[in-house]
Amino acid sequence: MMLITVSGPPASGKTAVILKVIETLQTKKINTGVVKLDCLSTHDDILYRKKGIEVKVGLAGNLCPDHYFVVNIEDCLQWGKRKNLDILISESAGLCNRCSPYIKGVFSVCVIDNLMGVNAPKKIGPMLKLADVVVITKGDIVSQAEREVFAFRVRQANPKGIIINVNGITGQGAHELCSLFLENGLGENVESLTGRKLRFSMPAALCSYCLGETKIGEDFQMGNVRKMTFE
Amino acid sequence: MKGQRKIERLTIKQLFREYPYVGDFFTSIGLIVDDYWRILQDYFDNLTDDNLQDIGINRGDLLPQLNLFIDHMEQIRNGSDFEVESITILGGYNKLGEKEDVNITIKRGEIVSIVGPTGSGKSRLLADIEWMAQNDTPTRRQIFLNEKVPDKSKRFSVEYKLVAQLSQNMNFIMDLTVAEFVRMHAESRLVENVDKLVKEIIEQGNSLAGEGFTYDTPVTSLSGGQSRALMVADTAFLSNSPIILIDELENAGIDKKRALDLLVKKEKIVLVATHDPILALMGHRRLVIKDGGISRVVNTTAKEKKNLVLLRKWDAELLKIRESLRKGGIIEEVFWEYNK
Repeated sequence: MMLITVSGPPASGKTAVILKVIETLQTKKINTGVVKLDCLSTHDDILYRKKGIEVKVGLAGNLCPDHYFVVNIEDCLQWGKRKNLDILISESAGLCNRCSPYIKGVFSVCVIDNLMGVNAPKKIGPMLKLADVVVITKGDIVSQAEREVFAFRVRQANPKGIIINVNGITGQGAHELCSLFLENGLGENVESLTGRKLRFSMPAALCSYCLGETKIGEDFQMGNVRKMTFE
Repeated sequence: MKGQRKIERLTIKQLFREYPYVGDFFTSIGLIVDDYWRILQDYFDNLTDDNLQDIGINRGDLLPQLNLFIDHMEQIRNGSDFEVESITILGGYNKLGEKEDVNITIKRGEIVSIVGPTGSGKSRLLADIEWMAQNDTPTRRQIFLNEKVPDKSKRFSVEYKLVAQLSQNMNFIMDLTVAEFVRMHAESRLVENVDKLVKEIIEQGNSLAGEGFTYDTPVTSLSGGQSRALMVADTAFLSNSPIILIDELENAGIDKKRALDLLVKKEKIVLVATHDPILALMGHRRLVIKDGGISRVVNTTAKEKKNLVLLRKWDAELLKIRESLRKGGIIEEVFWEYNK
């Protein structure tokens, strides 16, 4: 089974893009399933089921979704294998922009949209910089000049990746993204992830507030804390 | 190209002099450069682990990433060594599985209009061109560049984008003035003489727009016509895409003929998807799309060209009436004048 990790800021169009890609994969009789990792709630599983796509939802709740991803991805993979999928797509939202959900040797896709503004590529960390493919969405609602500048800035932030425009509504570009998946990743059969490494360490956390502290003040700050400097 | 550069031995000052755009590399990954006399390798070696953790990049990736960055930027700065002179569309199959009997070559400076009902397959045709389809899309069309099978590696290249698209429903989302906006685009093309280009684009844009705009007009307050006029001028001068697709331009407020003339003068291949008879007949040829396929290629006939002259006259009259209405004129009077 092939594994593809798709990630991107909330509401950037991940689900729409994946749905369009799977439509194309279905015409090629490639059995594709989705693991949707979200924070509080999701209704996207309904959209997937409607299309007859095998889907599993995981909700991170009050945990960092990135950490939640990494502790669960092996089980997700095994689930996909039990379901006899040819491709498993994991979909997870990046929230803090320092997210780093990619695994070495596993095809990775970052979805971002033109509406985030041309400075957005500079603000997103490993999620954008280390992706094999950057999918840019919502190109139909901005001007040609903005599209060009945005793609240029994405290129600056991620010199290595392939950049592709996909329209999540009309599906323009989805066929092309699909062939990119098949050309680049289908040979990579992932049997197990145990022992594999993340491309980059995840954002750190472990302070009193991670463990439920709610009071404010020096006395209550413990563990991995960092203070701002003022002159 | 890569590897021979040996940038790691340069001081940061030398690096910036040689490759003026590298500042963007450091800011886009969140690194601050303070000591310009430092050797690059030394600078990378001395970044703290904490610092690298925060910005989210491995130390060993810095130099290769910077080299790749410079590769891409040099490609943009030096322009493409591949010039598209023509595109050829070889027919595939329509949605009903019928063969498209089409073999059409479109050259630089040519205008081809695309007509057909909504949902008939115009976007698919465009996507086929943009993707340089090689019998590997749902339509199984094949696209040639300069009458040859194009290099597949160009498919995903941001630097070689084949098609620039100007559409009716586009918006500006940036809060910039016209001059700032054009300047930002010019800078991303790494062109020299930014000031001169900005001036030229704004002047040309104004000559296309019904109503003028200035350097300081915020792009978000441009009218529909002004926005399209600015984007046509901007694309003519700044886009490196050889093919321009104009998707619906019918609303008034822009001089359509001048707009197309400008793009043709800039040696673009102009595709116009439209329902507007004036725009459609301005094309040298038109592709009729039906059931997902090109059902007919029509060469604009001599009679049609004559009709175009008449249609443009009517259009101009309609524009006059529009103007009069805006200025508080009584439309009866305009017709009165016209009927004389």
